[in-house]
Amino acid sequence: MPQLLLELFSEEIPARMQTQAARDLERMAREHLAAAGFLPEALKTFAGPRRLTLVVEGLPIAQADRKEELKGPRVGAPPQALEGFLRKAGLTQDQLVERDGVWMAFLEKTGRPTPDIVAEMVEAIVRGFAWPKSMTWGSGKLRWVRPLKRILCVFDREIVPFAIEGIESGDITEGHRFMRVGQGWGGQPFKVRDFDEYAKGLLDHFVVLDVEERKARILEGCKTLCFARNLELVEDQGLLEEVAGLAEWPTPVLGDMDPVFLDLPAEVIRTSMRTHQKYFAVRKPGGEGLAPHFITIANVQAAEGGKVIAEGNAKVLSSRLSDARFFWDEDVKVGFAPWLEKLNGVTFHAKLGTMAERVERIVALAREIAPLVGADPDKAAEAARLAKADLTSQMVGEFPELQGLMGGYYARAAGMDGEIADAIRDHYKPQGPSDAVPTAPLSVAVALADKLDTLVGFFAIDEKPTGSKDPYALRRAALGVIRLLQAVNARIALNHVWQFSQRELVLQMVSASRVFLTSENSVTTRTSEVVIGGPRRASYLIIGDVFFIERERNSERPDHAAFARKGVAEAIKSHPYAWVLFEDAANKVELARIVSKHDKFGSFEYGIDARAALNFFFADRLKVTLKDQGKRHDLVDAVFALGDDDLVRIVARVEALDGFLKTEDGKNLLAGEKRARQLLQAEEKKGPLPAGPAVAMSGATSEEAGLITAISLAEPAVARALHNEDFAGAMRALSGLRAPVDAFFEKVLVNSEVAAERENRLRLLAQVRDAMGRVADFSLVTG
Amino acid sequence: MPAEKPQEKPRSFQSLILTLHDYWSAQGCVILQPHDVEVGAGTLHPATVLRALGPKPWNAAYVQPSRRPGDGRYGENPNRLQHYYQYQVILKPNPPNMQDLYLGSLEAIGLDLRIHDIRFVEDDWENPTVGAWGLGWEVWCDGMEVSQYTYFQQVGGLDVSPVAGELTYGLERLAMYVFGVDNVYDLPFNDPNAPLGHLTYGDVFLENERQQSEANFHGYDVAVLKSQFEQMEQQAPLMLARSYQGKSLVLPAYDMVLKASHLFNLMNARGAIAVAERASYIGRIRDLCKMCASAWVEQQEAA
Repeated sequence: MPQLLLELFSEEIPARMQTQAARDLERMAREHLAAAGFLPEALKTFAGPRRLTLVVEGLPIAQADRKEELKGPRVGAPPQALEGFLRKAGLTQDQLVERDGVWMAFLEKTGRPTPDIVAEMVEAIVRGFAWPKSMTWGSGKLRWVRPLKRILCVFDREIVPFAIEGIESGDITEGHRFMRVGQGWGGQPFKVRDFDEYAKGLLDHFVVLDVEERKARILEGCKTLCFARNLELVEDQGLLEEVAGLAEWPTPVLGDMDPVFLDLPAEVIRTSMRTHQKYFAVRKPGGEGLAPHFITIANVQAAEGGKVIAEGNAKVLSSRLSDARFFWDEDVKVGFAPWLEKLNGVTFHAKLGTMAERVERIVALAREIAPLVGADPDKAAEAARLAKADLTSQMVGEFPELQGLMGGYYARAAGMDGEIADAIRDHYKPQGPSDAVPTAPLSVAVALADKLDTLVGFFAIDEKPTGSKDPYALRRAALGVIRLLQAVNARIALNHVWQFSQRELVLQMVSASRVFLTSENSVTTRTSEVVIGGPRRASYLIIGDVFFIERERNSERPDHAAFARKGVAEAIKSHPYAWVLFEDAANKVELARIVSKHDKFGSFEYGIDARAALNFFFADRLKVTLKDQGKRHDLVDAVFALGDDDLVRIVARVEALDGFLKTEDGKNLLAGEKRARQLLQAEEKKGPLPAGPAVAMSGATSEEAGLITAISLAEPAVARALHNEDFAGAMRALSGLRAPVDAFFEKVLVNSEVAAERENRLRLLAQVRDAMGRVADFSLVTG
Repeated sequence: MPAEKPQEKPRSFQSLILTLHDYWSAQGCVILQPHDVEVGAGTLHPATVLRALGPKPWNAAYVQPSRRPGDGRYGENPNRLQHYYQYQVILKPNPPNMQDLYLGSLEAIGLDLRIHDIRFVEDDWENPTVGAWGLGWEVWCDGMEVSQYTYFQQVGGLDVSPVAGELTYGLERLAMYVFGVDNVYDLPFNDPNAPLGHLTYGDVFLENERQQSEANFHGYDVAVLKSQFEQMEQQAPLMLARSYQGKSLVLPAYDMVLKASHLFNLMNARGAIAVAERASYIGRIRDLCKMCASAWVEQQEAA
């Protein structure tokens, strides 16, 4: 069956766009061909520096003829409707057939020749291609990623004739931009009529079509060079992808680096090589540090193994590394104090203040968290204070990806405590699921504070991740918190962190506040309004679930402050729900306001709602984490429903529960709990359940008495185990109920005609349900 | 396209400039002289910013001395200057073979394209101060950026149609590469064998770098700069409001925008612009530039 070959030849396509472009071309071609009724045998696309290529195998020379039935208006419908239908079908009324009271048109559609369809398809693809950025050129209107130069389109060895904005299709492509057969330089056009000729022609003209082959060629070339010099390539997948999109005839060339630069940190050398020059680094086999060489991937195979290219690149690298050396020397000279000062001028986020303000929050939080992870609070505060300083260093200005790492180096160079230097270095970690988690207590404290402040801040200003959008990497931050806490088994109550951290934020960001106190859901019953003016950074305190102003520094109107204290405190007594509006008077940023949904200022979640949202977010992240570890996500729900906010304890409970539910006792008890719960729910509808524990009644069956005994033993045992956080023990205590519960349900009729018996049995079941409810909400266990 | 006969390789900084002039002149460019107002880049010459706009064809090449006050290093850094030369080519509409023409110019100045590694690496150019952006590349020669190549899409916030292609060669850096010189001040400014004597780049410009660096970092009075900036900012719209023979005075107004832009750069080098103010200053210059661009396009379309 015939083959279709399409090549869209353009000026240089950005490397980072090529892979997606190949995918898009494939998807669009598949859709168009399917819509035309074609089912090709094979379809493949390629992308490279100057071309997108599509090859489709097994297309017929024309569409099959098709019969189409069109349903028209009812017989007797208004004449306009019928006329419209006739126009659409291209028929006259006598060609219509009446069927079940409806006019039907039976059309015979002759299949169109495939080239016609291909021509339309190519035009639709070219005009509709979704490049991340596109442009026009010359005097034309066509958009492409860079100027489109040629369209090669052959079907069944014949040119498919068409033109798009003056670019005529043809059977000509061209080879490498510089390398050519024979003398001189420059692209050589050549004709092809099918894919085999095309692939061979390109190879003869120094173009490797397939990106996978380009990558293989690069790796092989690198390894050969390394082998000859007894070196080892520092592999870098991201860089490989990029350079494979920058050369049609990728040719590794080894160059020498001036060894004087080897005393710079290896990360600096690698980053400079990678980001500025797109070079691979090399090292001695088995060695730690780098070797004084590099590999650049040239696009040409030049004379003398690319000697000129190697020398030129070496010179450029030297000047790059001289810059890096200059940055290093300057940075070491300047030191932390001026950097910290400069953080005042760096905006973290318009609504969350400067980087210096963020540092203050992280300092406070690190100090608060430190004891919980076994770190010294003063040291944690000091490390947090210094952690972001390197952001304004010259080196990090040049290479943002070295943040943290440089701070660590500079701290050591300044003779600071090694633990503090490590904490600065590691506080961004873990950066992803595969990144290492720090375990030194000081590093953990700062790493946690950094991430928790990020989460609290962005949730406070309602910048939560939605769907695939997570611009501030909050999911990664939450996952980082979970991994850090698990790594050091740290016991932290999240609700306490939220409250503490939100208070820090509001203390900083709010300079004037309006407090509206009102009954729930209604602003019309507003009972008092307190307006307090004060300079930025006046001090406010938020306590519990209701915000109020406790103290006020430097207020312009101290009487207002006093009034606020009194008024708010009194109002809170009579109004359990308070809505507070905070405004940042200095910046006119309405930073953190809570208003009722009916308020004219609109609704803005903060405080309590944000805390709930944060807990929910963490539950969700935890589910994902545990799922990755093969745990059931419904168990996370069942445990979270208890209201626990200690992630380590939650995980321990989930693990115990998971183990328990895998046992026979667990499975049966789960069924027993469900039966008890449903029975109690049904009874609750009739009226309130009897309170208190069941009592041993005379004449009770042995099954009933047995369960009473069992529950009276289990209750304190469960309580004791839970108190000791021995969750497996709690499960074991519960499993003692399994046989008595089974026996009870088998032999005892709960709904006895004797009211006292019925009530006692309901009390007994409630006890069972409640005892089990202390380890998890079993109603949420679905698996 | 390969050149027919290999030309003699330039032997000095100035002959490199003359070679480029010859080359682009032969392609049909008008060879202009620098604009006589301080600018931060060759793009800002009215021959590029204004001529890129409007429907008329325009092909020009020129050298533009460019001032980046913050880049001054008192003549002590071999790669960094606060005053340097950019070679600027603007082709509108861009010819279909513009890449080949560009490569031809590299060959003309002595780069053998068979032994060097020339690469077009994605670089989307933008200049927020004049509300301009375009798509194109940094052109690398053996890993060194030797030119910026851009297809202008917008200038002054207006679509560039037809599209103008812009080439910017960093002349000092290119010359250092072509002549194999590691320190810019060692570049031969004229032919080392010239009968009347030989000067290096340092002979011509080193003292200028020293004095200007001191002025840029410590000499200029911030209050004076600020007031001059504000004067330019006030004058530009007044100039636009004035007209002669039915045309508003867009060319003088644009000069004022350039002056304001340079004054901003000076204030920046003096450390007088807080981070938070930066965006607002740039916005003010851009607004003025947009006004000029709109007025210019109106005149071009009317003509």
